Amino acid sequence: MSLSSTVDGGRRLTAGRHTLGLFRSELRLVFGRARTQAGLGVLAAVPLLIGIAIKLSGSDGDAEGFLGQVAGNGLFLIVASLGLSLPFFLPTAVTVISGESLAGEASLGTLRTMLTAPAGRSRLLAAKMVALAVFCLAATMTIWISGLIVGFILFPVGDVLLLSGTTVSLGEGLLRALLIAIVISLSLLGLAGIGLFVSSLTSTPLAAMAATFGAFIVLGIMTAIPQLHAIHPWLLIYRWQSFADLLRDPPYWHEIARNLLVQGAYLVVFYTAAWARLTSRDIT
Amino acid sequence: MTTPQEPPPPAASAAPPIVTRGLTKRFRGGQVAVDTVDLEVPAGSVFGFLGPNGSGKTTTIRMLLGLIAPTSGSVELLGESMPKAQLKVLPRVGALVEGPAFYPFWSGQANLLRFDAADRTADPRTRKARAAEALERVGLSNAAGKKVRAYSLGMRQRLAIAVALMQRRDLLVLDEPTNGLDPQGTREVRNLIRELASDGTTVFTSTHLLAEVEQVCTHAAVMSRGKLVRQSTVADLRAELRPRLVVRTPDLAQAAETLKGLGATDLKTTEETVEGDSGDLPIDKFAAALVAADVRIHGFGLERPSLEEAFVALTGEGFDVAE
Repeated sequence: MSLSSTVDGGRRLTAGRHTLGLFRSELRLVFGRARTQAGLGVLAAVPLLIGIAIKLSGSDGDAEGFLGQVAGNGLFLIVASLGLSLPFFLPTAVTVISGESLAGEASLGTLRTMLTAPAGRSRLLAAKMVALAVFCLAATMTIWISGLIVGFILFPVGDVLLLSGTTVSLGEGLLRALLIAIVISLSLLGLAGIGLFVSSLTSTPLAAMAATFGAFIVLGIMTAIPQLHAIHPWLLIYRWQSFADLLRDPPYWHEIARNLLVQGAYLVVFYTAAWARLTSRDIT
Repeated sequence: MTTPQEPPPPAASAAPPIVTRGLTKRFRGGQVAVDTVDLEVPAGSVFGFLGPNGSGKTTTIRMLLGLIAPTSGSVELLGESMPKAQLKVLPRVGALVEGPAFYPFWSGQANLLRFDAADRTADPRTRKARAAEALERVGLSNAAGKKVRAYSLGMRQRLAIAVALMQRRDLLVLDEPTNGLDPQGTREVRNLIRELASDGTTVFTSTHLLAEVEQVCTHAAVMSRGKLVRQSTVADLRAELRPRLVVRTPDLAQAAETLKGLGATDLKTTEETVEGDSGDLPIDKFAAALVAADVRIHGFGLERPSLEEAFVALTGEGFDVAE
């Protein structure tokens, strides 16, 4: 017994120093899975498919928006790919990963082992949320990098003509595209929060994913109904397209800021709900 | 009142590692799974937590570890109140709850590393070495790099025990640790439990196998339908069982008659034996009487009932699922 308390005392001296271990382990859990890698692979393929399609059709200027500019400047492939992934591919990826987060562990039974380790319920939830945020960023950066490579290989690149008519250097254009990727990944955080909450309710990951995606569809439909105009500004995806304002000169931040505010509000509400649920839940 | 040469034992070892008071869990349907259980597990004991399937053992263990909240009552683990102090206490507790659960797409070693990383008191510098040692102790060194998906149930059970052995623990809480193991694996786990206990670790192990309790436990508690019906040392439990006189004979009726004539009580007749409580009369008197009555004797002697019979007497049931 005295031996055990000596060993024990020695261990306790270092207590509290190793909080990063859990977070790193969460990242490994999310990114180490074949499913995640396949998902990122699909996202990486988006710029490739768009690029090849535009290259093969040989036409430019017919398509609307950023797509029409890709043939003239490969940098726009990044922006066009991000913009086209935002309504469906990116939310799908976020839905799958966030729906899996807690429900997946509950269904495997590893949740109880994690909690007796002890990970701590609040701490585990925080690690899950941070890992989700990292995934959102990884998802958009995958498109950014793939778009950069494909765009530069397939198309001419050069100074960037902004929406407001001014021209900026290629370097600044890349930087603005990077900002767009970051803003879009932040735009996904509200949905990630919903997914985390739904995932805390069930032990069936597939149900959590379906419910989260269902919520996303409903929000989309509500955004499309003009009669709901009054609540539109508070809907998760209403200002998702505001990222394009980063291509104005100077960048127009107003809508982006309001979008991020809405995302933050969703995140706080649903993260708190997930916390309330997880910390009071009977883990069986 | 300790002598000057002997330092007083540390306070932690004096307090019972597990104490519950009026522990009760009522599920939402109204079913009472655990009903006012008062457990007290002495330090250094190997404590067998017995009961038929469905008697509330696992629910009790979940409450001990803070996985589920009691409807009423309290739990103290290593002198601290649960679940309030769980982050402080659980690093000192190795747990195996309700069957092995792992990430099937990871190797056994990777699983151990993750669970260890979840504990912020665990030293990351020694993590791999400790994992290797734990795998060695449960005989999984050769399968360390294999995905858990490819593990047999017995291997998973061993891996679950390895999780509990990743650190030096003061208390092990093991829920059916030998479940799914072959006889060889069962023996190994029992030896492991003995070994850990001899190092001073208190082991609390639930089981529905009485042989397990007889072989490794110093103390036992018996659950039946959510209630704690008995708690004592295994020696006491056994001592209460009066030895029974057993006569193996083809002349059953005659033998029973003779035994009864000499004052034996609680007579039972099976296909080949007559048995009963011989009371205070020396058994050679019975032997003489049986011979005198021309009863053919194939076997004769006192037999101490197994713990199993004590168990049946306590719970009023065998190993069938309690309703």
